[in-house]
Amino acid sequence: MGIFDVYLLEALINGVLLGGVLALLSLGLNLVFGVIDVVWICYAELIMLGMYGMYFLYTVRHVPILVAALLCIVAIGVLGVVLHVLVIAPLLSAAPINQLLATGGVLFFLQSAATVLFGIEFRNLGLRLPVLKVAGMFLSYSRLLAFGTALVGMAAVYLFLSKTYTGTAIRAIAQDRQIMPLMGVDSRRVYVITSAVGGALAGLAATLLVLQYDVHPFVGLSFGPIIFLICVLGGLGNFVGGFVAAFVFAELISVGGLYLDLEWGYVFAFAFFIVMMFVRPQGLLARR
Amino acid sequence: MAAGTLELSAVHAGYGSFQALFDVSLEVRRAEAVGVIGPNGAGKTTLLRAISGLIRPTSGSIVMDAVDLVATPAHRIVSLGIAHVPENRRLFPRMTVEDNLRMGGFMPAARPKFAERLAFVHDLFPRLLERRRQLAGTLSGGEQQMCAIARALMSEPQILLLDEPSAGLAPVVVQQLFELLKRIRAGGLTVLIVEQNVQQVLQVVDRAYVLDAGKIRTAGTSAELLESTSVREAYLGV
Amino acid sequence: MRRPLPWIVGAALIALPFVYTAPYPLHILNIILIWSFAYTSWSVMGRFGLVSLGHGGFMGVGAYLTALLWNRGGITPWIGAPLALLAAAALAVLVAYPCFRYRIIGHYFALVTLALSGIVLQVITATRDYTGGSLGYTPARYRGGNSLYALQFTGKTTWYLIALGVWAAGLYVWHRVDRSMLRYALEAISEDEDAAAAAGVHVTREKLKITVLSAVMTALAGALYCQYQMFISPDTVSGISVSLQMVFAVVVGGIYVSLGPTVGAVITILLAETLRISFGTAAVGWDNVVYGILLVVFIIFLPKGILGSLLDLRPSRGPAVLRRPETGTA
Repeated sequence: MGIFDVYLLEALINGVLLGGVLALLSLGLNLVFGVIDVVWICYAELIMLGMYGMYFLYTVRHVPILVAALLCIVAIGVLGVVLHVLVIAPLLSAAPINQLLATGGVLFFLQSAATVLFGIEFRNLGLRLPVLKVAGMFLSYSRLLAFGTALVGMAAVYLFLSKTYTGTAIRAIAQDRQIMPLMGVDSRRVYVITSAVGGALAGLAATLLVLQYDVHPFVGLSFGPIIFLICVLGGLGNFVGGFVAAFVFAELISVGGLYLDLEWGYVFAFAFFIVMMFVRPQGLLARR
Repeated sequence: MAAGTLELSAVHAGYGSFQALFDVSLEVRRAEAVGVIGPNGAGKTTLLRAISGLIRPTSGSIVMDAVDLVATPAHRIVSLGIAHVPENRRLFPRMTVEDNLRMGGFMPAARPKFAERLAFVHDLFPRLLERRRQLAGTLSGGEQQMCAIARALMSEPQILLLDEPSAGLAPVVVQQLFELLKRIRAGGLTVLIVEQNVQQVLQVVDRAYVLDAGKIRTAGTSAELLESTSVREAYLGV
Repeated sequence: MRRPLPWIVGAALIALPFVYTAPYPLHILNIILIWSFAYTSWSVMGRFGLVSLGHGGFMGVGAYLTALLWNRGGITPWIGAPLALLAAAALAVLVAYPCFRYRIIGHYFALVTLALSGIVLQVITATRDYTGGSLGYTPARYRGGNSLYALQFTGKTTWYLIALGVWAAGLYVWHRVDRSMLRYALEAISEDEDAAAAAGVHVTREKLKITVLSAVMTALAGALYCQYQMFISPDTVSGISVSLQMVFAVVVGGIYVSLGPTVGAVITILLAETLRISFGTAAVGWDNVVYGILLVVFIIFLPKGILGSLLDLRPSRGPAVLRRPETGTA
């Protein structure tokens, strides 16, 4: 295997690893959209807060990392519920665009609150995880860990949705909202639970991302647009579509970043997205 | 009022500025099968929705066993023993038959009895046992209707509300359906059916009300209505 | 003279800088005028339910291309800006055409445009060798910064008159659209696309028209901003924050009223300035904190904006410039 091939293979594998985390994120967004019919534009900012949480708990307060992770997941889950109750619930019957704008306002708020509270410096978790050398390729342990955890997270959500009554109700509400009371389902409670799960997924993603990336108030801008593109391409509310799209985009970013700066990877992804819209609009005909 | 009686008094209901029901009063006694017949747009669906809480009456009362249904949150009405099979079935299309049935048994009181109720509906509708892993949206019309009724039965209701079960079904299938309904009734279930298919439904119910343009026009036993010339002319085309 | 009020106000506005010459308030006025124009440009399509969260992208294109063509190509902004506008139009078509053609509306459309502005920002950052990246970019000063050829002026008054003119032109365009067939077509489309199509409305084409118009106007705002401030950076002229800022200001001011965006600009800019003056550098970020909270509060309690809600309270007769025309001529 020539050196060229090794780098490419490494990029491909890193793409898969990245795809896992992006898939987790798109799951969260799709879940909330599928159930509540609202897009949390500030989703990436929830992740940003989770990353700060990890930083302050682990790096500043020296809380054991697993405990810190658990606390962050719970905290952002609670934040998801707060977001729903304070901002989304009052707007459930308003025009969809108002719901979008309201979460846009929250985005503003969270970014600037983070700027005011934490400053604009980049913060690093300070955790040095080993790099594995496999067949001439360097794979970072943190990425492997993130990928594995993301898979476990998604499996957990899958089990929740398919095996529990609440999870089944969540799937049902996404398919026919109006008759839920006939089944004895209180839609408002389902929304709250979904918001908690969506938030918890963001918290989980935060614990994984913070292993690899620095946190600063605007870090959400680095992956927010990508998550949106993934969800739109996969079909908003379509879990499988989002899953597949996540890996496709992750490969584009990873391989694109191999040859050019990382930012160009995003441009690639967006260009790909535009091309896909021309070429395969069926991929974008989602249920809603 | 006898136990298990559902009573509507002077109910007015509608959608926003559009009023669909005017001063509707009717009652359904325990173990009865009552029909509400009338043409398209008469307000039959609105009637059932008002009972199950999907919409709220603007005035009037709906009471069962001294419980004011209008004041009860919609998602609690099924726990009072009232199960509504909506118009057009409204199955969850991308969920399996079994998952649809699971949703029917969602309410806490029904969960411990899930296996038992599942066996019950499988016995009534063997086809559903065969197709339990099939996506509900891929079932035939008749099978979907059976699944919808089975889903409602999962909560072990006292009263079953059926909205135009024969809609879109071939006559043979409709016949089978009403046979099944007779079987279900035999277990003591109270049934309220709204239908356009007057001939068929009058053979299943003991008595019926005629609803037209939101008002109850007349009522009587099935035999009386079948004989009445006005009913025959208006709804049976005879 | 029909309805003298607008003319009196107009004359007063023109006369203002000659009467009241303090540079700082004039600067604030200029900023307000330029941003009002940008916000009005957004509302030209936003009012029809075509909510784009990506107009920061067009503004960025307008600003950076004008500056780049001048600095690197020596092309005067008189030509450079139109080229930038063309580029913005092309970008708008590239992104909007597949969206409209394949019925990507509502949430989807908003997210795609949101991603667009994010991508434009990434491109600006990625091409840092040319654009200076997040450090910002400065158009080269020509002949001391006072030149018609280079569209650079040191006098705030000159800029005031230019900005005033462009702002007024923006209002004029808004009103022309309001009175046009395009408006009715777009309102029909926003009500029910299928019905509109069945009635013979060429849905994709009409939506594209208004999108391109809006994008081009926004790009012009970007170019103007660049020439006025003589300094641009990715997050002041492009990106999600700018996009959201636009939407916020219009929502606060009133989306269905021509002066709504202007009212929104006045409020938001004065708010930012007040905070900046009171808190100094500690205010960095506070204005957005307040914006964010206010945006949420406004959406929940005052979805029609301040001006819009006020107008709802008025009896239907009012000054022509404020009243939303109920009947338009074809």
